[in-house]
Amino acid sequence: MSSLSKRKPAPNMDLFIKGIWEENPVFIMLLGMCPVLAVTNSAINAVAMGVATTFVLVCSSILISLLRHAIPKQVRIATYIIIIATFVTMVDYLIQAISLDLYNALGAFIQLIVVNCVILGRAESFASRHPVIPSVISAFGVGAGFTLALICLGSVREILGAGRLLGLPLFGDNFEPWVIMVLPPGGFLVLGCWLLLFAWLKQRRKPATHHLGEQADAH
Amino acid sequence: MSEKIIHLTEHPTPPFNSAAMIRSLTLIATLSGLLVVLVVEWTRPMISENQRLAVEHAIFSVIPEAVSWQPISLDENAVISAGKVAGSTLLYAGFNATGELAGVATESSAQGYADAIRILYGYNPACDCITGIKVLKSAETPGLGDKIFTDAAFVANFNALDVRLNESASALANPITTVMHGKKSHPWEIDAISGATISSRAIGRALQTSASKVVPALSGQRDKLQSFSASTRAEQP
Repeated sequence: MSSLSKRKPAPNMDLFIKGIWEENPVFIMLLGMCPVLAVTNSAINAVAMGVATTFVLVCSSILISLLRHAIPKQVRIATYIIIIATFVTMVDYLIQAISLDLYNALGAFIQLIVVNCVILGRAESFASRHPVIPSVISAFGVGAGFTLALICLGSVREILGAGRLLGLPLFGDNFEPWVIMVLPPGGFLVLGCWLLLFAWLKQRRKPATHHLGEQADAH
Repeated sequence: MSEKIIHLTEHPTPPFNSAAMIRSLTLIATLSGLLVVLVVEWTRPMISENQRLAVEHAIFSVIPEAVSWQPISLDENAVISAGKVAGSTLLYAGFNATGELAGVATESSAQGYADAIRILYGYNPACDCITGIKVLKSAETPGLGDKIFTDAAFVANFNALDVRLNESASALANPITTVMHGKKSHPWEIDAISGATISSRAIGRALQTSASKVVPALSGQRDKLQSFSASTRAEQP
């Protein structure tokens, strides 16, 4: 831990990028799939869900990181859940204050952020072991990665399933929307396509790293 | 050997300190309670303002000519009184720019495909027709059931849906019915959306249950409704 806090600026930026790319919670780690599949039927819902999750992620990471020496090991999960639930309740009221339409569109999934394993995972594996600044950067990175992934899914599903993007019609009246894309099965189909794309990109990057050590070819 | 095992089991287990656990849980629960109360108090006026705006927007959209509105109550004996009264049906009387009655809006609900659908609809005594509906809450399937408010052709059913009363003014002359897509032949029928029949029927049922009670109760009370136009305006905060 002490060695990590000594290396200051460089690893901090890496922490942020890691959350978006190498450890993307949706495309690489496949965490928090419930909101990913449920609320991504339009781009605006995806953005709202991503921002709400990022807010909870960052705030709970700050508090957990600050309190990490005060929380006894045996009750840490209960404590994390209380902290996360507090911020989720705050978000719930804030969204109602911002827009009732948005609140109705997101339905029960705002409350369900409490059990999103991306957030508890960050709290347990990072915020509870690191000082505040790296925890915040890491939480922002994972939050941005989660939001980007939701936008990727939400915009594809909205374009194909409704012929619109952010509510603006893209195609003429002759476009027949693929209704299945905004229905639950469409979520799985689009997620599968994105995962395929990510796996393919990863595969393509492999040869470059193999030049360094041929041992990697062994498996 | 046995010495080593004892050493291992003794060492990694930290002392079990329940006082510390209780202290930290109490502290965090108190802190979180405080934060939640702060946010609830701070957002309360904004949320109630949003809800008021949503209601107002809905009323103006179902009574197209309305520019002002008054809450009124209709009890079981068809007596109308100003403001909200517990146990009575809440109606909203809409008035046009010259202060004349433009219509009455009220809420209704019926079980849809996913959950109960709550709607607000406007009724105009002048034409004996429903002048518009607005879906207040629905959990219908996006892309299918949500056409009840996104499909312009379906929404057009309610621009002038006939709710004339029978000769004794005790019930609707023709019950509001939802018919299969493309089979609408009377002004009191609703042309269902193909692929969203259950949701379309739910709207028809919601209108029928509410209108069959409210419309006969309001018959012959236009003057009474009109009286809320100017008299109660001053009392509104």
